[in-house]
Amino acid sequence: MSFPLLTVTAALPAVGAVATAAVPAARRTAAKWLALLVSLATLVLAAVVLIRFDPGGARYQLTESHAWIPDFGVRYELGVDGIGAALMALTALLIPFVIGAGWHDADDLEGERANRRWRPTQGFFALILAVEAMVLVSFAATDVFLFYIFFEAMLIPMYFLIGGFGDRAHAAGEEEGAKQRSYAAVKFLLYNLAGGLVMLAAVIGLFVVSADSLGQGTFSLPELLKARASGDLAMATSTERWLFLGFFVAFAIKAPLWPLHTWLPNAMGESTAPVAVLITAVVDKVGTFAMLRFCLGLFPEASSWATPVVLSLALVSVLYGALLAVGQRDIKRLVAYASISHFGFIILGVFAMTSQGQGGATLYMVFHGISTAALMLVAGFLISRRGSRLIADYGGVQKVAPVLAGTFLIGGLATLSLPGLAPFVSEFLVLVGTFSRYPVAGIIATAGIILAALYVLVLVQRTMTGPIRRPEIEKMPDLKVREVAVVAPLVALLLFLGVFPKPLTEIVNPAVEHTLSDVQKKDPKPQHPVAEHAGSDDKPAGHGGGDHE
Amino acid sequence: MTGMIDVASAGGTPGVHSLWTVAAGAGDKLQAPSIEYGKLSPTLIVLGAAALGVLIDAFAPRRARYGAQLFVALVGLAAAFAAVIGLAASGAGTTGAQIAGMGALAVDGPALFLQGTLLLVGIVGVFTFAERKLEPSAHGSRVDSFAAQPASVPGGEGETQAVKAGWTTTEVFPLLMFAVGGMLLFPAANDLLTLFIALEVFSLPLYLLCALARRRRLLSQEAAVKYFLLGAFSSAFLLFGTALLYGYAGTVSYSGIARVVSGSDAISDPVLAQTAGNDALLLIGGALVVMGLLFKVGAVPFHMWTPDVYQGAPTPVTGFMAAATKVAAFGALLRLLYVVLPGLRWDWRPVMWGVAILTMLAGAVVAITQTDIKRLLAYSSIAHAGFLLAGVIATSKDGISSVLFYLGAYSFVTLGAFAVVTLVRDAGGEATHLSKWAGLGRRSPLLAAVFAVFLLAFAGIPLTSGFAGKFAVFKAAAEGGAGALVVIGVLASAIAAFFYLRVIVLMFFSEPQADGPSVAVPSAMTTSAIAIGVVVTVVLGVAPQYFLDLAGHAGVFVR
Repeated sequence: MSFPLLTVTAALPAVGAVATAAVPAARRTAAKWLALLVSLATLVLAAVVLIRFDPGGARYQLTESHAWIPDFGVRYELGVDGIGAALMALTALLIPFVIGAGWHDADDLEGERANRRWRPTQGFFALILAVEAMVLVSFAATDVFLFYIFFEAMLIPMYFLIGGFGDRAHAAGEEEGAKQRSYAAVKFLLYNLAGGLVMLAAVIGLFVVSADSLGQGTFSLPELLKARASGDLAMATSTERWLFLGFFVAFAIKAPLWPLHTWLPNAMGESTAPVAVLITAVVDKVGTFAMLRFCLGLFPEASSWATPVVLSLALVSVLYGALLAVGQRDIKRLVAYASISHFGFIILGVFAMTSQGQGGATLYMVFHGISTAALMLVAGFLISRRGSRLIADYGGVQKVAPVLAGTFLIGGLATLSLPGLAPFVSEFLVLVGTFSRYPVAGIIATAGIILAALYVLVLVQRTMTGPIRRPEIEKMPDLKVREVAVVAPLVALLLFLGVFPKPLTEIVNPAVEHTLSDVQKKDPKPQHPVAEHAGSDDKPAGHGGGDHE
Repeated sequence: MTGMIDVASAGGTPGVHSLWTVAAGAGDKLQAPSIEYGKLSPTLIVLGAAALGVLIDAFAPRRARYGAQLFVALVGLAAAFAAVIGLAASGAGTTGAQIAGMGALAVDGPALFLQGTLLLVGIVGVFTFAERKLEPSAHGSRVDSFAAQPASVPGGEGETQAVKAGWTTTEVFPLLMFAVGGMLLFPAANDLLTLFIALEVFSLPLYLLCALARRRRLLSQEAAVKYFLLGAFSSAFLLFGTALLYGYAGTVSYSGIARVVSGSDAISDPVLAQTAGNDALLLIGGALVVMGLLFKVGAVPFHMWTPDVYQGAPTPVTGFMAAATKVAAFGALLRLLYVVLPGLRWDWRPVMWGVAILTMLAGAVVAITQTDIKRLLAYSSIAHAGFLLAGVIATSKDGISSVLFYLGAYSFVTLGAFAVVTLVRDAGGEATHLSKWAGLGRRSPLLAAVFAVFLLAFAGIPLTSGFAGKFAVFKAAAEGGAGALVVIGVLASAIAAFFYLRVIVLMFFSEPQADGPSVAVPSAMTTSAIAIGVVVTVVLGVAPQYFLDLAGHAGVFVR
């Protein structure tokens, strides 16, 4: 038996969470350093996963499999494909920055100590590590039930992070802020729990279907896919569609897809910037990841059946999110709506059912995580200086804090997918992939890019440029060493991956090919000369409009 | 009338009922019934300990009673549990399953599983009953949550004196033991009369216990009267149904009725020639008996007593009752539906579908508006009865074992949750109004976290026992062709999650009130009750397989 690398990678932050929570109340700086070290060690392990992963090898690698609850057909089964490995790496990469950026976020709660057991700092960092552990298991789980459990369980620490450690900079005062915060936390939990329970019904249904046709109910994804391919796992068309819907609704809430998105602006607006990054850059990715891994793989026919509707909803998300972002007055809610628009692009890429689309969607998940983290964390530093989330309260910041303004601009440009920065690569791939099968959808989605330029540039212009209108801004300090240390690597990554995304695409592409073969789709001809797909096809062929088999 | 006499005389016996004519005709000597004492030892030990408890209360000096009662109760329950384990180890639950006590009691897998669960619930219940550190000491002596002298008029002279003397009600222990004894019989009962007697044996002590609260005595007595009156109704339904079923089948034995229903046995009793085999009697009788049981499990529309009784009863009693009654009553319901009425499956399943749907939805929806934590938990228990009914409807071996597992998981969560409720107190005793719980997470993070674990288990969040139980039950229901019921169950779970979360929000994210309650520091007994609840909740959530196996092996009724 080989070394259980995936288990250790996921268990390390879990153990770290317990250890951090156990640090005595007086030693809160020690708790912070402990959490940071654990997250860095996890990053090293995730990097090892990425290095050990062989793109040309088996579909699922580093697999582990143990019996857990045989009565329910549940196994403890882990394994990563390229998509899972890339997202695990993203998660492990972002957590140290989240911790670094949130270094002082729990400090002002320390004053409220009414009990010697009240340890908000320890709690804050322990909860972040707990979320990391659960997200890592979700990305690695190849047992549907195991995935479901952690998909649901991660709501609990997330809920306490939103509700317990919200943004204190609230325009309407402390008490109203607390009310809004608790509302946002409950809304987050209820939306996601409702989705999870719908999924539970589908999970049970999947068990019954597999027990009926295989004799023994199973949740193991490799087994189910094999049975699916060989025709052993027979489902009535209507059953398959219902089960697909059960899974898809849960993932669409998590992702979030319009019209199930309304919890995200509340949750991101009311939580601190690092927690907002945790939500949108890390936790939400589980939703789009699960669409690729479970919806398409297990229910190929239903996925094709639902594609027109899903694509339409994704397009609405792209445009609606972008339009509302243009109209926001609150910086964090603006980023939230921008994220909804970006998740629309990701889902568009997933359901375009082309290798560029799905490969692009996977890259999009990674790059959106990095770019949103950069933008949101700098926005968080800005907000913590001024104590306001309203765009109108700023102006001329670049005169007093040029480094802050510069990094904010780069984060913003990454968000609008400027060529040369990483998100451009993924957005381009998604659009090309969509266009080659659904040209109309591709054209409509392009409008999202234009709107993105509008909301980002207007945000930068109003906050950073122009004359200093407020006296508070004149004394605003520039980024401190800790803050630069958080932002600089993210900016460097955006630039590096923008010009050299190849290592990542090489890991992701085989997994995308597998997924496409699950849904029995081939890329429409001609393939567009992108990345290593170039070559072979220089003969012109019709852009078969929406030739969906 | 004349026809009856004709038939009777044609049978060669005087015109009297065959029940005692046959006995008299069997011979001159009275036959001693053969009783398998070993097989029935768990029940006998508990009832014996209960009787001993009565003697202690009658003869021991007041000062010595508490210690002696506690000792007898715990030793009795532990010995009975050991006897259950011994029986299970000797195969009485599987290969050696048999009908004991002249056909009155079944000793089989489900019976032993439920008896084991009940005994453990009883032990934890004794822990919470015996807690004496929560109430401020009355004139120097430590007191528990029960009235100083239950017989005295609330607020009257007698009560004042009893309180001043520092008396405590040690008879709660024998009452608890009698209730446990009756509950052990209830799921094992193999004929309708034993079922009725077991019902009365466990109900009467519970009615009394409900009336014994030290604080808010009028509310407590009102709860007891309501419980008693409605309970008496349901007992009457059950008895009436028994009579009708006897008229139909000529026997009260489960297997006898089942044979008549399936048509493999003809009724030979000439006295019953007119009524026997009349389907109207069977349907009405069966419905009445099931109604009596649904009352005990708190299913809609027989749930009206639940919130009032849960709220008024002393909280340790509420916790014990909520957990143990549900276990016993669901055990009896399962046996009745699976052993007696499987032939009627097509008649009772649609009705139970309706009851399950109503119970799940009504419990979950009404709970949303509650402002008292005990009432909230009462409505939550109604919703859980609905989830359990979904497993009952599965009519499969998996259905039985999933319900058994759910009962075990649910009862410890309930005990733990009510034990936590006893600790949150202000000047007026327990602070059960929800507004008082605001900010509890700030004052007392550990307690609030523990309660949050119980609430999450109630809500069925993964990695808690509540999730494993719910999954098992829904899986069995889906496999049994009740997919629609699963979908409704999931919807009801989503609604229910809302009010559990509301309490968590209140505890952690609301500002504490200035005059908020304080958390009492309990003795080791309540602490261990809560700790057992947490451990069982987490273990059954993370590694449920051993217990699923246990319930799976126990999943066959003896006939």
